[in-house]
Amino acid sequence: MARPVSPVGHVIHVSNIRKTYGRMVAVDDVSFDVQDGEIFGLIGPNGAGKTTTLECIEGLRTPDRGTIAVLGLDPARDATALNARIGVQLQEAQLQKRIKVWEAVDLWASLYKTTVDGNRLLEQLGLSEKRNAWFMTLSGGQKQRLFIALALINDPEVVFLDELTTGLDPQARRAIWELIRGIRDRGKTVFLTTHLMEEAERLCDRVAIIEHGRIVDVDRPARLIDRHCPERSVVLVTADAAAHERLRAIPRVNDVTREDDRITVHGRGEDLVAEVITCLSEHRIRVTDFRTGTPNLEDVFLKLTGHSIRD
Amino acid sequence: MNPMRGLLKLTWLEIKIFLREPLGAFGTIAMPVIAFVVLGRIAGGSLARLSPTSRGGTLVAVSFPVFSTVLIAISAVLSLVTIISIYREGGILKRLRATPLSPLTILTAHVLVKLLLTATTLVLMVLVGKRYYPVGVDAPLAGFTLALLISTLSILSLGFLISSIVPTARFAQPLGAIILYPMIAVSGLFVPIASLPPLLRGLARFLPLTYAVSLLQGIWTHEAWSAHLGDIAALSLAFIVLTAISTRVFRWE
Repeated sequence: MARPVSPVGHVIHVSNIRKTYGRMVAVDDVSFDVQDGEIFGLIGPNGAGKTTTLECIEGLRTPDRGTIAVLGLDPARDATALNARIGVQLQEAQLQKRIKVWEAVDLWASLYKTTVDGNRLLEQLGLSEKRNAWFMTLSGGQKQRLFIALALINDPEVVFLDELTTGLDPQARRAIWELIRGIRDRGKTVFLTTHLMEEAERLCDRVAIIEHGRIVDVDRPARLIDRHCPERSVVLVTADAAAHERLRAIPRVNDVTREDDRITVHGRGEDLVAEVITCLSEHRIRVTDFRTGTPNLEDVFLKLTGHSIRD
Repeated sequence: MNPMRGLLKLTWLEIKIFLREPLGAFGTIAMPVIAFVVLGRIAGGSLARLSPTSRGGTLVAVSFPVFSTVLIAISAVLSLVTIISIYREGGILKRLRATPLSPLTILTAHVLVKLLLTATTLVLMVLVGKRYYPVGVDAPLAGFTLALLISTLSILSLGFLISSIVPTARFAQPLGAIILYPMIAVSGLFVPIASLPPLLRGLARFLPLTYAVSLLQGIWTHEAWSAHLGDIAALSLAFIVLTAISTRVFRWE
């Protein structure tokens, strides 16, 4: 099926939306675009406006101001047409306690014109053995996998996932990441929200950082890190007394600090590590430990907002 | 998508889910029937001698069948109100909303479930009642069923309105009870409307249950439908107005 072309060839186009609840401004002047076939993450702390933004895009809420286009459609006006082409997983959603896994999949399948094979979907998501289990008996990870199955049953072009891995243990979380990459690899666009920076960094092709209802920056995780936290550091342990001076001579190095045998080299750019290694081998400096300190999205967030995402 | 297919599937699914509830089938279907049988045994053969056609006459012949059906209909409304608010609170309504299911389909499915369960209970009671209440069986069952359906839909639409506006499941049941039980009290079921104080009589005129009771009692005692056109008009009007308001004010979360 041919996709209608949205303004700039984007799957999702959000432009200057604002949403208030009473006197509380939940989302203010938010704009971004999501490209075809990418995993796009909206990241920020709880209460930053992630879910409100997402639910406006899904058509569950109507923004007070601004425009949204999903697959060229207005979610508020064309909800019915859009519902058939998107898959949605909602934060803290539940199903009937005593609905069986296969019954939920079967019900969802009956609602759409185009569907994928529900049994195969359950198999892919590792739920085949739970087909006859009641929803209330599933573990957190199994429930989330069922919600992913329901979001995928209509073979959607865009999949929306809201805080998908919250409350899951690390192992279940990794398994879900694999699933999401699989969804992208089958040509679908994934839009997700998370407050877990590690998740965003590992999973998302691009992220938008949201804070107090405003978008702070949008880019690939690696480029956000380069742009906002270009500092790199190398920590090494050596008995060589001359090491300190030699390392300081590297042009890219800003500062070298020393604490007994432990030397920390501060500099900028991705080449810092390579240059430190070259310097060590040229001068035959013997090291007993070597570690690199690379900033992550967590640091970017701290830099951009002045506080940690966990605060 | 096919809305009919979704409705039938959801209705069937909700029936299955309901029957899986502990006490679900027992409380809703078996209990009223058992209570009916126990009452019948206690009252014994004395009931058989009562005439069904003595208008306004005996409690058992006229009021009891109507009374019990109204009570069952009311409890169906109360459980509808409760289940909608539980679904809302649990995020189930919200999840269903993000599908091509329309709100009307979801609510209709629940109404169908309640109607089917109520019908099952009543059919069982009639079957059992043949033995203990021989008087009741020569009542016009088909007409009474139709009258009951009209009445139930009208009362259900009031249930809709309540479930559309109550904030949480904890409020739903008591609020439903506060509205419904006084409605029963002034409906003419216990005390004839004519002998109520003027204020309550005026109140009764605005409540759909009053017309439901009048219609049900009339049909049960072989009165002509033409004598109850006013009741039917009032019940239909209540259904249309209340449903229209509830679809406007319905909250998904």
